[in-house]
This record gives sequence, structure tokens and C-alpha cells, in this order.
Amino acid sequence: MESYLFPFDSLICMLLGISFTVWFTLLLVFIIVPAIFGVSFGIRRLYMKSLIKLFEWATLRMERGAKEKNQHLYKPYSNGIIAKEPVSLEQEIQEMRRGGAEPEFDMSDIFYFCRRGVESIVDDEVTKRFTAEELESWNLLTRSNYNFHHISTRLTALWGVGVLIRYGILLPLRVTLAFTGVGLLVVLTSVVGLFPNGRIKNYLSDKVHLMCYRICVRALTAIITYHDSENKPKNGGICVANHTSPIDVIILASDGCYAMVGQVHGGLMGVIQRAMVKACPHIWFERSEVKDRHLVAKRLSDHVADESKLPILIFPEGTCINNTSVMMFKKGSFEIGCKVYPVAIKYDPRFGDAFWNSSKFGMVNYLLHMMSSWAIVCSVWYLPPMSRMEGEDAVQFANRVKAAIARKGGLADLLWDGGLKRGKVKEVFKEEQQKLYSKVLVGSSEDRSRS
Amino acid sequence: MGSTSSTLLKIPNAEVLMQETGFSPAHIIRLHDRFKALDKEGRGYLCPQDFGAIKELAMNPIGDRIIGAFFSPGKETVDFSTFVKILAHFRPVDKDRPKEPNSPEPINSRSNKLKFAFQLYDQDKDGKISRDELLKVLRAMLGMQVTEEQLESIADRTIQEADLDRDEAISFEEFRKSLEKVNIDHKMSIRFLR
Repeated sequence: MESYLFPFDSLICMLLGISFTVWFTLLLVFIIVPAIFGVSFGIRRLYMKSLIKLFEWATLRMERGAKEKNQHLYKPYSNGIIAKEPVSLEQEIQEMRRGGAEPEFDMSDIFYFCRRGVESIVDDEVTKRFTAEELESWNLLTRSNYNFHHISTRLTALWGVGVLIRYGILLPLRVTLAFTGVGLLVVLTSVVGLFPNGRIKNYLSDKVHLMCYRICVRALTAIITYHDSENKPKNGGICVANHTSPIDVIILASDGCYAMVGQVHGGLMGVIQRAMVKACPHIWFERSEVKDRHLVAKRLSDHVADESKLPILIFPEGTCINNTSVMMFKKGSFEIGCKVYPVAIKYDPRFGDAFWNSSKFGMVNYLLHMMSSWAIVCSVWYLPPMSRMEGEDAVQFANRVKAAIARKGGLADLLWDGGLKRGKVKEVFKEEQQKLYSKVLVGSSEDRSRS
Repeated sequence: MGSTSSTLLKIPNAEVLMQETGFSPAHIIRLHDRFKALDKEGRGYLCPQDFGAIKELAMNPIGDRIIGAFFSPGKETVDFSTFVKILAHFRPVDKDRPKEPNSPEPINSRSNKLKFAFQLYDQDKDGKISRDELLKVLRAMLGMQVTEEQLESIADRTIQEADLDRDEAISFEEFRKSLEKVNIDHKMSIRFLR
């Protein structure tokens, strides 16, 4: 009986051996070597183009199916369901006065506030920034299939095949790559840490970091287009960017070397953090130190003052926003008084939704979603450096930078605080409204009494 | 990520709602999505805190009164039908709707819009806006920016101009008369995109 099994045994061993060798060669040639030198074969772009053609076909098919059944296709509007007129309070009140009378209180003044209030009940600017964006075309992921019942059997079959490919082939591939990338990062940075401080160490550390981040980029099948690379952040400055997901770090760090800022974590993250800091100085804070704003500011300024240290990477919004807008920047990083290099990151939502809704999904769940999408396509714009001008305080500077980032990335520039995801509106905003209204009424009656 | 949307079939009484309010199927679907987005715990109804969570509404000086308009006296929850019917007040007036003598007045008629605005003033629902109620609204809209005397003079002047039967309060008819010339349709309508 046993002799019967032996030939098959060795056959299986041989097959396994061959497949492993083939796998490792492919890995080396297509992933690791390009990652070291920063070149690309263009396979991912080809993949992206074919995916676009596929999605367009799927959407057309759906529209045809809907017409046949004589039903309406549900077209989501990412701009909102109502048309809001940007009329200010003063204009409204002037219009409501009949016959050019002096602005005094009128019973109809309440209409303005009432309408605004009901408009915000139907559709408000803030809540929709914290949920995933809706798409017009269907990208064969379940995430945006509002018109699911319009789909023919052919489309459903295609979707099924898509699921198989994504979870059966792409996901395991990407997970292995991710482990390779992270593993190499930990091992190689520890090795580089053994070198004495100096130019060789910095050079090696840069190379190692870049290589490992590039492997991680391939692990996510991220297709990134970098614009205006001449404005890339230099030593002695701070790089600020809008925040959509934890992947933002990998995207930026695979094109340049940065010093990271963050809290010290336990577990796997902690291991990675400790390894990274051996090769080049990153800024990790203990949990207790985070509350002390002066300490944080001091460590950041010290780092920036040292020209040999890498630029710091900071996300001033403080939380993940869904990539349709930029929310209020926290002023801390803008008080340090060094050059600020703004960067705008915009994801293309057709291929996979990169937004991390941290109140709904945990980190592992999120990474699984990411790795089972088709691809992550995004654009990065490096903007020219900005400094604080004379007579400008930190908040105004932060708003100026935010406006520049929003404009470049094609995102809406909002005054709202990202902290509103979880917190309450400050009384200050309500007072602003009251002040505006009272100025229109009482201000004008004062003029009257004077004349 | 992973959000399911409504189809008309999943919405209870969709047909009846469309008849009564005049919203199109697409509007009803969008409003249902919005209702579900506000109903964070998925209970099928909204309570005042769900409205309070809308940041722009919390910033509105009369935000509380608007929220109150959704809840009938004694009720603490709002279901989807009530939600849509109240929002129907803000649909632009249908200019080409045939005037059938027996059909009830549409929810978004000029008269009903005025009634909605009236109840924002008349919180105790006795059919009249008393001087006190007027003062409360003025205080809400102006906050701490004006003195008590200025508020009182504004209130007195308003009542003097509108109160025709000299009972020191403004009834609905007097309210309607004083706003005769105002383009209510424009001021109290929200344009819903197709």
C-alpha cells in the first residue's frame, strides 16, 4: 500500500517545489526589483484601462435593462437632493420688505430661518461627508448597487465571476505581498539601525523605506499619479495633506521620505514603529504626552530645526473624511513657524472606496475591503510651499492652506470641524447667526433714530 | 461601504404617500434614504435627538421650534409617513394642478405653508400669537445681541400693525392678512432636484 503512494508523493513534492520557485521568481521580477528601483512595467495601468471599459459596459447594460422594463434608473446625486440657493440673510430680508420700507422686524422674517432649517433636515453638508460617496456608474462591487434589480443574468454572472476573482485570486495575492512588505520593512530597518549614524545610514534608510512602501503599494494594487513633483517636501519643513484613510501614509511615503508622527501602539504596529525608528528618526508619542500641547509643539519644532532630519508628515484634519471635501485644519501644526508643503490627495471612487468610516468598520475589516477591491486609483498633487505671512495668525494660515488643497484636489472647502463627526456644534455658530440678523434689524433702526 | 438602498417596493404606503404629497417616486426614495441616514440606530422612527444631531439645524436660532413642528402634541416619535408629509409643505406650489372642487387642499398650498409658519410662533397652539410668544421668538432669533427694551418695542410695534381686532394677539387670519403681499411660494419652498 505504501509503495503505491510513493510515486505520487514525490510528484506532489516536485509540483510544490516548482510552483514555489515560479512564484518567487515572479515576485522578484515583477514586484521587488521594480520596487527597489522605483520603475513600473505598466501592468497596473493596463489593468485599470480594461476595468474602466468593463464598468462602462455594465452601466450601459443596466440602463438598457431598465428601459426594457420601463422603470426609472435610480441616479444618485453626489451634490445633494435639493437646490440650495446661496442667498445671504441680508439679501433675503431686503427682498422680503415690500416697497422699499426701512428694514424692521416683520413676521415673514422667520421664513428664512425656517426654510434653512428644513433644508438642512433634508440634506446637510456635514453628515454626508462622513458616509461613503455614492457613485453614478456601477463598478461590480456590492457597495453601490442601488439598481440591483435591473441587472440581467449576464451581469449577475459577471458580478459572480468578479467576486471569485477578487476574493479567490486578488485577495490572497495581496495579503501575501502585504506580509512580505511589512516583514521586509521590519527586518531591513533593524539591520540598517546597526550602522553608525552618518550619510550611509541615511541613504540606506531612505532606500529601505521606499522599497518597502512600494511593495505595500503593489499589495493594494494602487495606481498613483504624482503631479508637480518639483514641489516635493524638503528637509526642515512640514508636509500637510487631506486625510481619507490610513493608506494615505503609504501613498505619500512611497514617493518620498518622511518622518512620521503618531502615538505609540502595542502589538504589530508597535513592532513596526520601533523598527522604523532605528533606521531614521520618527516622532512617536506616548499616550500621556499627546495631551500636553507644549511638549508636542516642542518636539515638532526641534525636529524641524534640524536640517538633516526628514520633513514631518501630518494630517491636520484629525480624522478620516470621505474625500469629497476638506474639513477644518487643526491649528497646532501651523503654529510651529516653518515652511509648510501642502499635498492634495484625491481618490477615484470608481475602482474602490478608500474612505475609512471608523465608526462603522474596524481596521482589519477595512483592510480586507481594501484588498478585495479592484484597485485603488488616486492622484497626488504637490503644491508649492507656503509660509505664515506677517499679521496672519495660525488659524488664518491653516485656512489658507486648506483652501489651496481643496482647490487643487477638486474638493469642497468646508468650514466645519472634522471633530463634528462625534462632537456637538459649538454655541458660537448659533450666535453668529443671531448677530447677523440683529445687525440687519437693529443696526438700521439706529441709523433711523440718528437722522 | 456596504449600504443598501430603498426601492419603492420596500417603502410602506409609497403609493398613498405620493398621492397625498405629490412627491415623485425618485423623491420618495431619496427622502427614505435620508430618513434612514438620520435614524442611526435603525429603529424605524426618529426622535428629537436624531434631529438634534444635524449640525446645521443645531446652529439655526429656531432649530428647536422646527424640530417641534415634526412631532404632534404628545407624540415623541416621527415615522416616515409623517416625516414626508411635513416636508411636503415645502414643495413648490403646483401651478398646473386642476382645481377639483371635492379634493382636499394640497399640503403645499399657500394656506398650509402659512399655517406651518404660524405654528412656529404659536407654541401653545391656542390659535393666537400672544405678545409673550412673539417675544420668545424674537429672543430666539436675536439672542443676546439686543436689549430687553428693544425686543419689547419691536414686539409692540408688530402687534400694533397686525392686530386688527385689538385683542392684543395675532390670530391666523390677521397673520395671513399681514403677509398678503409676500411671495410665500418662493420663501417657503425648497426645490427638489429630479
